[in-house]
This record gives sequence, C-alpha cells and structure tokens, in this order.
Amino acid sequence: MTEPQTQNGALVQIESLKKYFPIRKGVLSREVARVHAVDDVTLSVAEGETMGLVGESGCGKSTLGRCVVRLLEPTAGDVVFDGKSIGHLRARTLRPLRREMQMIFQDPYASLNPRKRVGTIISDPMRIHGIGDRKERKQRVEELLQVVGLSPEHYNRFPHEFSGGQRQRIGVARALALRPKLIVADEPVSALDVSIQAQMVNLLEDLQDEFRLTYVFIAHDLGVVRHVSDRIAVMYLGKLVELSPAEELYTRPIMPYTEALLSAVPVPDPDLAEKRERIVLEGDVPSPINPPSGCRFHPRCRYATEICSEVEPPLVDYGNGHLAACHHPLNVDKETLARVQASPAHTPEAADATALPEEPGKEVSKPVPRRD
Amino acid sequence: MAEKLLEVNGLKVRFTTEDGVVRAVDGVDFELERGKVLGIVGESGSGKSVTAMTLLGLTRDKNTRFEGEVLYRDQDLLKLPESRLREVRGNEIAMIFQDPMTSLNPVYTVGDQIVEAITTHEQASKSEAKRRAVELLRQVGIPNPQVRVDDYPHQFSGGMRQRAMIAMALSCNPDVLIADEPTTALDVTIQAQILELLDRLRADFDSAVILITHDLGVVAEVADDILVMYAGRIVERGGKRQLFYDPQHPYTWGLLGSIPRLDRPKPEKLHSIEGTPPSLINLPEGCKFRPRCPHAFEKCSEEPELKNRVEAPGHLDRCWLSLEDKRHLRESTIAGEARVA
Repeated sequence: MTEPQTQNGALVQIESLKKYFPIRKGVLSREVARVHAVDDVTLSVAEGETMGLVGESGCGKSTLGRCVVRLLEPTAGDVVFDGKSIGHLRARTLRPLRREMQMIFQDPYASLNPRKRVGTIISDPMRIHGIGDRKERKQRVEELLQVVGLSPEHYNRFPHEFSGGQRQRIGVARALALRPKLIVADEPVSALDVSIQAQMVNLLEDLQDEFRLTYVFIAHDLGVVRHVSDRIAVMYLGKLVELSPAEELYTRPIMPYTEALLSAVPVPDPDLAEKRERIVLEGDVPSPINPPSGCRFHPRCRYATEICSEVEPPLVDYGNGHLAACHHPLNVDKETLARVQASPAHTPEAADATALPEEPGKEVSKPVPRRD
Repeated sequence: MAEKLLEVNGLKVRFTTEDGVVRAVDGVDFELERGKVLGIVGESGSGKSVTAMTLLGLTRDKNTRFEGEVLYRDQDLLKLPESRLREVRGNEIAMIFQDPMTSLNPVYTVGDQIVEAITTHEQASKSEAKRRAVELLRQVGIPNPQVRVDDYPHQFSGGMRQRAMIAMALSCNPDVLIADEPTTALDVTIQAQILELLDRLRADFDSAVILITHDLGVVAEVADDILVMYAGRIVERGGKRQLFYDPQHPYTWGLLGSIPRLDRPKPEKLHSIEGTPPSLINLPEGCKFRPRCPHAFEKCSEEPELKNRVEAPGHLDRCWLSLEDKRHLRESTIAGEARVA
C-alpha cells in the first residue's frame, strides 16, 4: 500500500466539485430551489490508497462517489482521473475510461439482475468492452469466482440462490472483471450481518493488495472505515469538514462534528460505555436545500459562537495532512493554531494540502467550460 | 426482588413452507423483570425477531406451529384467543419496529395514529387523547409538539418518525416494550439520541424492555441481561458484564471479534466467522454452530444443553469445551485481551 502522504501519485483529483439537484415545480418545470448535495469539495486520492468517506445520511458522500466514477455529472468543478479530466466528458468518450473505474453497491439484493445467471452478470462488462472471446471470458469468470471466495460451479446459478454475503461477493467479482484501477464502494458491508461483514472487509483488503486497487470507501460505520482506510474524509451537508490520516482522526478529531460522530458510536464494552462521556447531538441534519449560513454545523454544535453563524470556516491544514474546517478547532496546540492563523494561505484552495504539485510530464486535458 | 413480568418456557415456532418445515425458534427460555432491559443479539435468521413477534401473537397463522408457553400475568399468551390478545397487544405489551419509514400509515397524521392507539384501549375522549398525544410527543423530544402532532409521517425525518413510533408504543403505559432493531435504520448520531431516550423512558415509565439488535455495541450501552441466539436457539445467556468479559460460547467470541472497535488498537485482520448460518430447514446434527466453529471436536456431534457451566450463577451456555480450553481459545478469537470478570 502506498504511503498516504504520497502527493505525486494521485489517481483521482476532485477539484472544487459541486453537484446541485434542481427542484422543479409547476407546468413549466421551473427550477424553484436546489439541493446542495455536494458543495465545493476538493480532495485527492493517491494510487493504492483507501480513502474513507464518512458522514450522516444526506451529507453528500454517495453523490460525491457517483461523481467520481461519473455516474453523475458535476454541476461545477472537475474530476481528474489518472491525469485526464473526466468531469464533463460525453458518454462516448467516457466509455473506454469506465473500464478503469468500477463500483460496488450497497444492496446485494437490488444490484444484481435476478434474471441473469452469475456467469453472465460477471462476464457482461468484459463482453461490452470487447475483451476476449466467449471461452476466455468464461475462464476469467471462473477465476474471478475463486478470487472472491465462491466456487467456479456457481457459474450457472441465479442470484436468488445465494445469501446476502455471497451476492456481495458476486458484485465484487463483477467490479474486478475489467481489472479496474479504482473501485468506489458505496456502503459495501452495511447490509450484511456482522460476521459476514468481517469476511467482506477482509476480502476487500486482500484484493487491494493483490490487484493494487485504489478504493474510495463510503460508509457510515466509523469502525469499518477506520479498519480499511488510509485517510478519512468527513462530510457534513455537502461540505468536506475534516480530512485526516485514519488513525489520527480517531485519536485527535479537530472538528467538533467529528468528535460528536465518534462519541455516538456505541462501544461494545459495558464498563467503558458507562464511564465515557457521550456527546449527543441535538436535532437532525438541516435541509441541504437551505443550508445554514456560516459553518453548516453551527446549529448543532456545542462550541458555536457568533462567528460560526456568519463566516464559513475555511479548510485549514493543521499539519501531517490533517485538515479541518472549524472556527473552534479541538485538540490543536497553541503553536499550531498561531501558525495556522498567521498563514496567508487561509483560503480553502491554498490550504488544501492535497492539491498535488503538477507533474510536468503529464498534461491535464483542456479545461471544460463550466455550465453555470 | 423485582417483579417478574414475562416468562417464556421452551418456546418453539415452526413454519410449514413448500420447501419444508422451518424451525425458526427452537427452544427459547427467558424471564423478564420490571425495569430491566433484556438484549437479544443474533444475526439475521437467528430467530430473534420471530421470538419477539410471537410474544405478541404476530406470527399466528395456519402454517405456524407453536410449542411451549409465554406467561404474562398468569396467562399463556400463546393460547389466548385473538380477541383477548388484542387487549394486551399495544396496551400492556407494545412493540417498536425497525423501519420507521414503513411502520407509520402515510395517509393519517402522526397525531391521529397515536390517538387511535389510546382510544382503542382506553375510555378517553378524542380531545383528551389528542392532549395526551401532544404530551407524549413532547416526552420523546419532538420539538413544537402542538403543531407537529398534525403533521403527516412524510413531514418527519427518520429519527423523528422513530420517536413518534416510541410515543405511540408508550401511549398506554405498557409493562413491556419490545424494540425490534429500533436504531438500525438510523444514523449513529440519531441512534445515540434514541438510545438515550429509551433509557430515560425505561426509568420514567418503569417498564421492561426487550431490545433486539445485531449490534453488540448497542446492547453494551443499554441492556442489563443478554441472550445470544443462533439458529433458533439461545447459545449463551447472562448478565451484560458476564457476557462481555467472560464469554463462554465460540459464537459469542466470533461476534465480539468481528466488530471493528474504536476503543482498541486496529488489528491486522478482522476476525471473521467462516461460512454462513445454517438453513433452518436442514439444521446440522449436534451443536448447530459446529460447522462454523473452529474449535469443534467429536463431542460436538451431540447437542449440548443450555446450562450453567461457570461459577457465576445465571450465566448459561451451550458449549462442550472445558472452562480451561475456553479461557485459552477465546484469547485468540477476541482481538485484544478478554478480561475475566
């Protein structure tokens, strides 16, 4: 696995990405409002890295994941994949690139076509991309079935003959069929039982080592995310609010939202559960149609002051690749705080340490005009 | 001693299907005392939900066969005629379901649905029932309840709907509250709110709670006693501390080991229980966990009974391994050290 800090080996670069969904009303379908699903997120994922994406439902993590593999077209901003700008490519030009990026979905019951046999499900991507002949494809499917811990005899079975965990393995085999570089896994284990969840997590980790895969791992389970991720991005209402090396996020959360999220996870240890102080956040996540002013978390934050409702905090680098957007950062010593506040780079773009130095050899394709 | 509210003896539930007889619950015994929270833990298909639904007669059907007894106030709920059971259901024993999105009726207001629960069981006027509905919504933490009582379910968020469900369940001051995965569909932050609410209500209303979940973290936070179920039977039963600090059954070890934990250093690999749970139509011979158990030996071809094998009273398990072996073997299974109580 690559070192998380590696700056030059970015496979995916998300640049000021915005995705708004219009809400239309009336006979003329006029746009009356917009859901700010992802609102100006800049993030990069290094080759071989696992980037965990966490947050509550509605925070935009799935939308971001879908923009990365271009199942959705961003409203503004761009995604640079392996040096190529793909944010606004047309379907036809995008198609060859689809081989390189695949997705694993949450629901193993809904993501497999019930009328197709397992062999067809897994070989279809290869057929579509014109890889191999029938015999070669069959051989490859049988290999893949073995790789994900199923048996080659399952080739002719239908999805309903499998349990949830096995189906999810079929989904993984399908994602691997084209030997992708990037896999976006959207809640790949949350529909599974705990004992099966562990099998799946271990499988995904083994596959990463074997095939040098890069993962974007979207999940709401902070335990699972910590286990698989090299770095973790925390999202709240469409904003990236904290980005940190995995272990550090758990020992030293900077953003109060992260702190609250961590403390809400129940600990399977009765004594510890009694002793620890639990921060229970009031209320629900506000509507992404009219997000709160300033820091979007301020209505639920116990440290919030006046400035929080007025000024949106920039994403600031606190060293060691740990970034957070907060006016009242936690777990930061005075020196770092002074240095950060004195720094002229107090804007989101400049402070984003993940922005990679441009490689002279690689030319980024022409910027595509933004649509708004 | 606390008052015993519910006693389940030798409960078996079988469903006759086209494929064969499904032994969903196969011999479950437990007792429930006032003011206590009993956690039932297990994977899908372990029979935990069927057990809970059977207590309320929700599994009654022409293809269902019951055995054993469910004693509540000296009457056997399994044999109670449907008309009598309706008086108990929702009134003395209430249930909260997993999915707050589908368990409320979308065409009635939240208030109407709570009012209906009250007027079904009590002689209360509509306006009196409505006043109580508002009060209940306030107690479960719905902001601005006088207004929100007239909202439809779709105007509530997931967490609020679950609160409304809890308000409805509490509307008749039930003795027993059965919560079937009440927080599974919710975000962790909302889960924390709901768990805190359940805990507070247990104290305020002095009811007993049966909490069904697959999340050991949740039971560690709120339960007093725990049942671990596998393939329709209890494999281990004991106090919360006994179960977490001195677990006796390899399945319990497996469950504990497979959770990625935030309170411990990250292990190289997660412990996983190999294989999948058995089909409830063709159960394996002997110990039901044997095919997946890494520590199985000859004796496991005979099924061990659920009994007390350790010094602590009230801690029962179904495993043939000697105490010595268990202490030794579980260390490797449960990541980090298992503290001995």
